[in-house]
Amino acid sequence: MFKKQYESHETVSIIFEGKNLDVEIGQTVASALLVGGDMVFRSSVVSGQPRAPYCMMGVCFECLIEIDGIPNQLACMIPVREAMKIKRQQKNKE
Amino acid sequence: MAAAITARAHGLSVLVLDEQPSAGGQIFRNIESLEATRNSEFSKLGQEYEFGSSLVRRFKKCGADYFTDRSVWQIDNNLQIHHVSASASKSNSVISHCQAKRLLIAVGAMERPMPLPGWTIPGVMPCTAVDVLYKSSGLIPDGEVVLAGSGPLLLLIGCRLLDVGVHVSAFLDTSMNGALLKALPLLPNALRSHKYLTRGLSLLWKIRKAGIPFYSGIQNIEALGASKLEKVRIGKSGKFFDVTADLLLLHNGVVPNVQITRNLGCEHRWYDVQRYWEPIVDDWGNTSVDHVSIAGDCGRVAGAAISEVSGHLAALETVYQLGVISKVERDNLSQPHRIELARQKHVRPFLDKLFQPSKTWLVPENDKTLACRCEEVKVSEIRETVRMGIKDPDSLKSMTRCGMGYCQARMCGLTVSEIIAEEKKVSPEEIGYFRVRSPIRPITLGQLAEID
Repeated sequence: MFKKQYESHETVSIIFEGKNLDVEIGQTVASALLVGGDMVFRSSVVSGQPRAPYCMMGVCFECLIEIDGIPNQLACMIPVREAMKIKRQQKNKE
Repeated sequence: MAAAITARAHGLSVLVLDEQPSAGGQIFRNIESLEATRNSEFSKLGQEYEFGSSLVRRFKKCGADYFTDRSVWQIDNNLQIHHVSASASKSNSVISHCQAKRLLIAVGAMERPMPLPGWTIPGVMPCTAVDVLYKSSGLIPDGEVVLAGSGPLLLLIGCRLLDVGVHVSAFLDTSMNGALLKALPLLPNALRSHKYLTRGLSLLWKIRKAGIPFYSGIQNIEALGASKLEKVRIGKSGKFFDVTADLLLLHNGVVPNVQITRNLGCEHRWYDVQRYWEPIVDDWGNTSVDHVSIAGDCGRVAGAAISEVSGHLAALETVYQLGVISKVERDNLSQPHRIELARQKHVRPFLDKLFQPSKTWLVPENDKTLACRCEEVKVSEIRETVRMGIKDPDSLKSMTRCGMGYCQARMCGLTVSEIIAEEKKVSPEEIGYFRVRSPIRPITLGQLAEID
């Protein structure tokens, strides 16, 4: 959905859904995960429909994701850190 | 930033709490790092961005205590301000508070949500989201982009996308029919700040020249796709056609972020031309709540230049209120700012009228449209509940959960006021808004437990 306009120069390694990703430092979790791949960050707690980051400025709360075991973190406001473990949030199957 | 500079120049002790990771707000986002590491990108963003960089430099040197990544979640009546880090983890959850004598709120504006069928599908975003991604991480859209909406920002962002070689497959203009005619009487005054207007026209010209299919008089837009956007269905003069798209960027103007002023109980009024709520303030930015003032686009939306001036003015008032300067000194010092304000302001009534949001995009015609994204409440459910007799947004919330989700009605608040008002055939002014309660930002119980 998005691509980087230039090469990254300094990176950190994060773990998204068990996979290692080298991403540029100084950016947010949301922007790191929006490069390539699909955009789905979580499923809606009501219908289970896929959801992705929307406003990118901490207003809409669409980009909620699990970071280092803590759910409901705002991916668009949180900078990437070395060895951060990130997981999609799925609606509990009833 | 402007307010901090002026307040510090008069010796006040200033604390600035910024939710973002670096100084510059949204317009000058990530400006320091861009200038330092990607100078070619920086120069592409234009003259205003260079101006912003000088503002940030002066701000950083002014001696204010400046903290990034601080989200205010509660403000007590005695101006004790509680804040928390958004990026806190289990090991460093930092919750803190401070005591202020005066509080200046400068949280800026947000895009007006533009509810339409399918707007929760991944691949639909407000246009400023792309601007944020570009400025903060150098990301550009990959694939086919459709732009839809109305307003100067959409033109500006559309042009930036063209500059970096993004393929824009359609531009859907949703402006109100005849808006130009209505705005014309305001044009002579607007011409006094003609720089703004020529810039707008050049942006429009650039989009037309690039040969992008440009559709005006659009009546329906629907985003289609399952786990990602596949196409956009467009309705014009009773006919429908599809355009394939990877990204649909929406824009329906900008509205003040009133979450904090609402929470504090500041009085707000309905600005009918642009159809939003704004805190009621005097010439110095003072709200109806003692010791609380505002500056910038969290009041009447007016852009970066006017916001900066209003910051200086609000700071001078604060300096006066705290007894550092006299009233006469305040008035004298404010003269240059008042002149600048008058100069910048000419164009606003014209722009506000020209880009007046049309009803079609405020109250979705398609009843299946989700008004509340968090709790997935449809327009039809809101209408039914209103017909059952509810009077205001808060009773709607207790009936339907609309506005009760994570975003705390930031995304559905305006739509809800508009729908109830339409059903009851009154102005949203009479309907009111959700009551905004703290925590204004979600915090965990663990963080609460850490407070002394």
